[in-house]
Amino acid sequence: MTEATETPGAHGEEPSRRDFIFIATGGALAVGGAFILWPFVDQMNPAADTLALASTEVNIAELEEGQEITVIYRERPHFVRRRTAAEVEAAREVNVANLPDGDARNFNIAAGSPATDENRSAMTAVVSEGVEIEDAVRASLLVTSANCTHLGCVPTEGAGDYGAWFCPCHGSHYDTSGRIRRGPAPENLSVPVMTFTSASVLRLG
Amino acid sequence: MSGPSTYEPKTGFTRWLDSRLPVVRLGWDSFVDFPTPRNLNYWYTFGGILTVCLMIQIITGIVLAMHYVPHIDHAFASVQRIDRDVNYGWLIRSIHAVGASMFFLAVYMHIFRGLYYGSYKAPRELLWILGVVIYLLMMAAAFLGYVLPWGQMSYWGAMVITNLLGAFPLIGGPITEWLWGGFSVGNATLNRFFSLHYLIPFLIAGVVGLHVWALHVPGNNNPTGIDVKSNRDTLPFHPYYTSKDGFAIVLFMVIFAFFVFYWPDALGHSDNFIPADPLVTPALIVPEWYLLPFYAILRAVPDKLGGVLLMFGAIGVLFILPWLDTSKVRSMRYRPLARWFFGFFVLACLGLGWAGAALPDDPVPGLGAVGVDFLMMGRVLTVYYFAYFLVILPILGFVEKPASRPASIEESVLGNSSQSAPAAVPAE
Repeated sequence: MTEATETPGAHGEEPSRRDFIFIATGGALAVGGAFILWPFVDQMNPAADTLALASTEVNIAELEEGQEITVIYRERPHFVRRRTAAEVEAAREVNVANLPDGDARNFNIAAGSPATDENRSAMTAVVSEGVEIEDAVRASLLVTSANCTHLGCVPTEGAGDYGAWFCPCHGSHYDTSGRIRRGPAPENLSVPVMTFTSASVLRLG
Repeated sequence: MSGPSTYEPKTGFTRWLDSRLPVVRLGWDSFVDFPTPRNLNYWYTFGGILTVCLMIQIITGIVLAMHYVPHIDHAFASVQRIDRDVNYGWLIRSIHAVGASMFFLAVYMHIFRGLYYGSYKAPRELLWILGVVIYLLMMAAAFLGYVLPWGQMSYWGAMVITNLLGAFPLIGGPITEWLWGGFSVGNATLNRFFSLHYLIPFLIAGVVGLHVWALHVPGNNNPTGIDVKSNRDTLPFHPYYTSKDGFAIVLFMVIFAFFVFYWPDALGHSDNFIPADPLVTPALIVPEWYLLPFYAILRAVPDKLGGVLLMFGAIGVLFILPWLDTSKVRSMRYRPLARWFFGFFVLACLGLGWAGAALPDDPVPGLGAVGVDFLMMGRVLTVYYFAYFLVILPILGFVEKPASRPASIEESVLGNSSQSAPAAVPAE
């Protein structure tokens, strides 16, 4: 193209109308091509109805101490666990400085907060106005993503070195606070945004 | 193509056609009169076998698409329906599923043959690179196709592989969501995977066209690795290699048919007969056998991003192989050291496959007593895999003393008999 635009220049120093047409056509094709490419790339992103997926409500009144259920929130499984006092105690005794991932990974609080158990449990959940809920209950509740942060498998409950979750795919061990302790997973299991809308209902999202 | 065209149209119609669209001439020069080294052995028949494999996959795939439903609520059931209710559906699906494994079996033979006889060396670098591109496309097609039956292995295989991309910093998250079309592997993912699975075989066919084109410019390599010097070194492709390839294709089809009719599920995984369940991960997730070595390389690295990069690197290194091998001798038939390292390389690939199929913490049979588990074995073999390309082949070209080579292809086949008339030898 550059050669073609130079050829008319050999006849005269002034750019010709032909040069202008060459550049204008090339520019229109390049810019137009970029504009038309974007819709074909962006169509693959999550659609509006997918993004608008409703929140998930969990009935926590029926959860016994030590019981765990798995719920689907935004297409992904999430663990909701009412931990025993011993499990909470074990999670609180850990020195955060020694954790592979020191970030709480909790969407309810500021990014980069330390991964203490208090920063991971439902203590961080919003409590709707007028709702009364015991601190012990909030502290015992742990809600995390159920997809291993390595490659997305669902860890097995009550297994592994820390008696909480063990991922069978590539051997990641999580503790009773859902924090990665050993294995290839890079991050703690993330905690979704959650709100106590009543004494018995925890809403995710 | 090499040499002037020898095609002579004989009828009025072919003369008319030849002056307008010389397609018969192209076919004649490429597949009938094409001069081919006279010493090609059966390792050279896999190109023809692979062409047949691609055609089988495309034809059976088009038929299966007439009955398959790409929706998470119906996909699993529609595949069962193909197996049970659709007329001859059991046969066509079995051919397609077994065909994927046969395709990879043949391509591995084809690749190892190229590695042994130095078919990647000048002037065939682009031919080799196009082949690696085809191999990459094949892996993409196989992965996408494996997701379609929407069984447990389909779902969790898709989950693990798409999550690999999440390892890349910053762009990882947006790219995986873009690929999924949602927050996780779901209906949007299945739909687009079906669309792309239908597309890729045609891309492969296109690159195969370039691959054959790039082959027909320098012509075939051969087991001696020596260039063709005269037409006494070659035979016309037809009937010599059409019949040789044809015979090999028939033998290959015997193996193919054995699996299709007697052992159709042997190469699959039993967990894929359980419908996909996002809440439960199978105890052991493994890819199909042909991807196991790369899975072992992925797991060999304790770091997520490192493992992903190394796995892609294992294929990436093939692209630069033509410039890594410094030896002037093409065929390892005349490279006394290289052939040993090549042998170990084949064993390393098989061993990586074994390690990829096993649980990382399990002891290796026979070596467990000395504390070698499959993770350790995978790591050692991964080091050898990369060392073969990045250390051994570059150095060997300088230190190895090649064996003496025949003067020509003709001599390697017929000895020196071409100089003097062969004496009649009575049959023993």
